[in-house]
Amino acid sequence: MEDEIQVPINSDQDIIVARQKGRSLATALGFSSGDATLIATTISELARNIVAYAASGNIRVKVINGSTRQGIQVIAHDDGPGIADVQRAMHDGFSTSGGLGLGLPGVKRLVDEFEIVSEENQGTTVTAKKWKP
Amino acid sequence: MDVPILKQGYFLIATVQSALTDSDLLQLRSALVQRVVRCRSRGVIVDVTSLDVMDSFASRTLRDIAQMVRLRGAKMVIVGIQPEVAFAMVQLGLKLENVTTALDLEEGLVHLNQEFSSTDKRL
Repeated sequence: MEDEIQVPINSDQDIIVARQKGRSLATALGFSSGDATLIATTISELARNIVAYAASGNIRVKVINGSTRQGIQVIAHDDGPGIADVQRAMHDGFSTSGGLGLGLPGVKRLVDEFEIVSEENQGTTVTAKKWKP
Repeated sequence: MDVPILKQGYFLIATVQSALTDSDLLQLRSALVQRVVRCRSRGVIVDVTSLDVMDSFASRTLRDIAQMVRLRGAKMVIVGIQPEVAFAMVQLGLKLENVTTALDLEEGLVHLNQEFSSTDKRL
């Protein structure tokens, strides 16, 4: 089984490629259909943010091993404008691209662990993890 | 990928058959609104049974279509949202407010027929 995929994100078509490959990886690892849908939706939203705010970037999805269980890690990276106020971006209802996407608080609710590192003019990296129950 | 739109009497039925890109969704929006006008349709059903992900853009575009259709005096029903998709939508905070939904195509047609039979004897 392939345990890592990487998809360059440059267009709306790539959003679908990324989420479909991510779903396959999650399903192959034994995630339920419901959890695989949560992972695919997470990837879709993170890829969408890349297209909307940074124009291009990439999504990496890989199998991770915890001490007692396995999971999936999604890393969405771009070299875009970055997020000036990460704390504010994590508030529900915050969006700067004309309401495209609910933003990050919604995505955080889909996964078990969520981390965002961003610096103005340096780009943004979002890491999301979902563990197998 | 184009979404086929079937005309059935006063109703239109659009059946999504595979994952839709953002451009596909926008294409569906303009095609449906145009057909509603051209066919003088009273109701529209969008069948999303085969959609495995409904993200913020898809949800917002469907809500927009429903509102445009409503402004034309017609009614739209979304049918076939999968249970896993519904779960993910709620977690994400997507509510599809003010959009009518039904279990499947059959229920959607029943709903539209009820909606219009009381007000329009031609149907």
